[in-house]
Amino acid sequence: MGKIKLNSGGDTAAKAKAARRFEVVIIGDRCKGCGFCIEFCPKKILDYSNKLNVRGAHPPYVKDEESCTGCGMCDSVCPDFAIFVREKVKA
Amino acid sequence: MRRDVLTGRHFMLGDIACAEGALATGCRFFAGYPITPATEIAEHMSERLPEVGGVYIQMEDEIASIAAVIGASYTGVKSMTATSGPGFSLMQENLGLAVMTETPLVLVDVQRGGPSTGQPTKTSQQDVMQAKWGAHGDKEIIALAPSSVQEMFDLTVEAFNLSETYRCPALVMADELIGHLREKLVIPKTEEIRLVERKRPKAPSTSFAPFKPDADQVPPMACFGEGYRFYATGLTHDETGSPEADSAEVQTELIARLCDKIRKNRDKIVKVKSMFLEDAEICVIAYGGVARSAMTAVRRARDKGIKAGLLRPVTIWPFPSKEVAEVAERVKHIIVLEMNYGQLVGEVERRADYRKVTFVPKLGEVLYTPMEILGQIERCSR
Amino acid sequence: MSELKHPLDVYMRKGVPRIWCSGCGDGIILKEFINALNELKLDMDKVAVLSGIGCIGRFSGYTNTDSFHSTHGRSIAVATGVKVARPDLTVVVVSGDGDLFAIGGNHFIHAARRNVGLTVICSNNFNYGMTGGQFGPTTLLEGYTTTTPYGNIENPLNLVYLAAAAGAVYVARWTTYHARLLRGAIKKALQKKGFSFVEIISPCPQQYGRRNKMENPIECMKWLKEKSVIQNRIDPAKAEVGIDKIVVGEFVDIEKPEFTDLLKKKIDFVQEKLRKKEG
Repeated sequence: MGKIKLNSGGDTAAKAKAARRFEVVIIGDRCKGCGFCIEFCPKKILDYSNKLNVRGAHPPYVKDEESCTGCGMCDSVCPDFAIFVREKVKA
Repeated sequence: MRRDVLTGRHFMLGDIACAEGALATGCRFFAGYPITPATEIAEHMSERLPEVGGVYIQMEDEIASIAAVIGASYTGVKSMTATSGPGFSLMQENLGLAVMTETPLVLVDVQRGGPSTGQPTKTSQQDVMQAKWGAHGDKEIIALAPSSVQEMFDLTVEAFNLSETYRCPALVMADELIGHLREKLVIPKTEEIRLVERKRPKAPSTSFAPFKPDADQVPPMACFGEGYRFYATGLTHDETGSPEADSAEVQTELIARLCDKIRKNRDKIVKVKSMFLEDAEICVIAYGGVARSAMTAVRRARDKGIKAGLLRPVTIWPFPSKEVAEVAERVKHIIVLEMNYGQLVGEVERRADYRKVTFVPKLGEVLYTPMEILGQIERCSR
Repeated sequence: MSELKHPLDVYMRKGVPRIWCSGCGDGIILKEFINALNELKLDMDKVAVLSGIGCIGRFSGYTNTDSFHSTHGRSIAVATGVKVARPDLTVVVVSGDGDLFAIGGNHFIHAARRNVGLTVICSNNFNYGMTGGQFGPTTLLEGYTTTTPYGNIENPLNLVYLAAAAGAVYVARWTTYHARLLRGAIKKALQKKGFSFVEIISPCPQQYGRRNKMENPIECMKWLKEKSVIQNRIDPAKAEVGIDKIVVGEFVDIEKPEFTDLLKKKIDFVQEKLRKKEG
């Protein structure tokens, strides 16, 4: 019992999750550029953008939204309430 | 039969009279730490508060005591603590916090010989300047000096009323002499005791500003658990409570209001008692326990045909400057008596021609005798 | 400023910008505290948040609750007054390692000893960040800070051990990396009757991290991720925090009568005695 479980884990769960779509919402001006969301996203779907926000930081951007599993790790590690995940409701 | 107001005639210890005065105002929280000569207040409160449904808590030190009093007062409960010199020193920082957060509370200092551990069981008036200036920063403070066991009761009630009216700490600067004196005390009927409760806001609203004052410079007080979601901080803050530690305007406005709410209301706060002052040529100024001997000395002087009178500050802060200045103008001599090496005498000298002022200190263990004071009055009259 | 809102914004006081540094763990603690409140569906009018002096001291100003920002080290004593006068309130103290355990150590010990119903959350970032990064009672041995320019020679305090020894009924330690587990601990602490303590190891990249080979926020968080080991229920005395090992988990979860309950019982007893005497 030494590992940290971040989501329900496993390929079957991931496939099930893949049927659901998630949207990563970034509140750019709140970002202070710590990089936590980018570093700790398990699917590595975030990266630094070239934009500069009002604080002089580079907020993240979503480079591969399709792969988002909705785990919410980005939100969990963000100290600034600058990023969160919501499920895309099917039309 | 009311348990909180022991209406009737009693023969009581000063410290206990103070505790009963607090209970009579509705004080239901005491946090303290034992220290001679104020311990009796704590002991009595520990026994009486549960009887009236209140709480006594003995904290780990005096710093925690006044901190807990601030917390309890911020829930809407009248709260107090009692201590002596060394504990009073420890309480200074949080006294400043109470000023800054406009917390009503009563702090009783039963003064003993200092500085430091000093003379734990002997009387003095060595903390009177500390009452005004002990905490860092600009502030006004309200401090009352009881001269009798009756005043230990009455002025504790008055201290609560003033602290609730002006949303500030109010001090009862007793001395060990009066704290440990036993004499007659008359506790009136409940309906005869004037009580003041702090102003409360009318209703929660999204635009409520916890430090926005009314016309009297005092903001209504929002308390924990009432839905106001207030923010109280020791940092310099604006009317919403938001810390604005970088702003000169906010600091100026805040300090001015915190001081002015007392300065501009000084006529309602300051009390003095006088005896034979109408035609006096020699004015004795004495407060607290000292006034007892001074009164006798002044009467003896009058018996001998000397035109002596007594001015007794009941409120020592704000200092009764107007009252002292008025008397100082017309008398030939002023004798200031204090059980310290010169504290309030400086305030007298500021308002009088200092050449008229004779200071007679008294340190050690005993009170002035009326004869000593009479001797000084006689020397001045020659 | 942005028009987008985070779902938890409603729990934050409006118009108070968060001044914490980039990568400061305090923001994560704030987030998970709010998540805990949200999931527990507590009556927010009955939650009191107190904090002391330090970067974490700003915490009480950020939450949309009745909040009190006290003098250095004294929030637990103020909170004791609040809880004793209003036992129905959920009273939370959030403060730092120095505020709670250096200047405030005595108040921590006695509140735990009394088992006053408080939830105390400590942001432990190994230094005094607000004043520029001086060492404190939890600074690691040989840690570099502005007042240990040659390395710290003082032994750091084991906070969970102290809390357990003083009598806390719930004691846990997590790091800001363990956000979800941290949230669970806060929820448990809030619901626990008695004195609960949650220590949170928190990065301070700009002061401590920068001076101790963790040049940026990510290095700090990686240290927390890589060196922590979950050991629930071990003896808190053995729950060490060091450069090579950070023991996290839940260490104490016991039942003991809470202070305000005992107080009420005593007061009721006295009143009953008096009623009998008065006939």
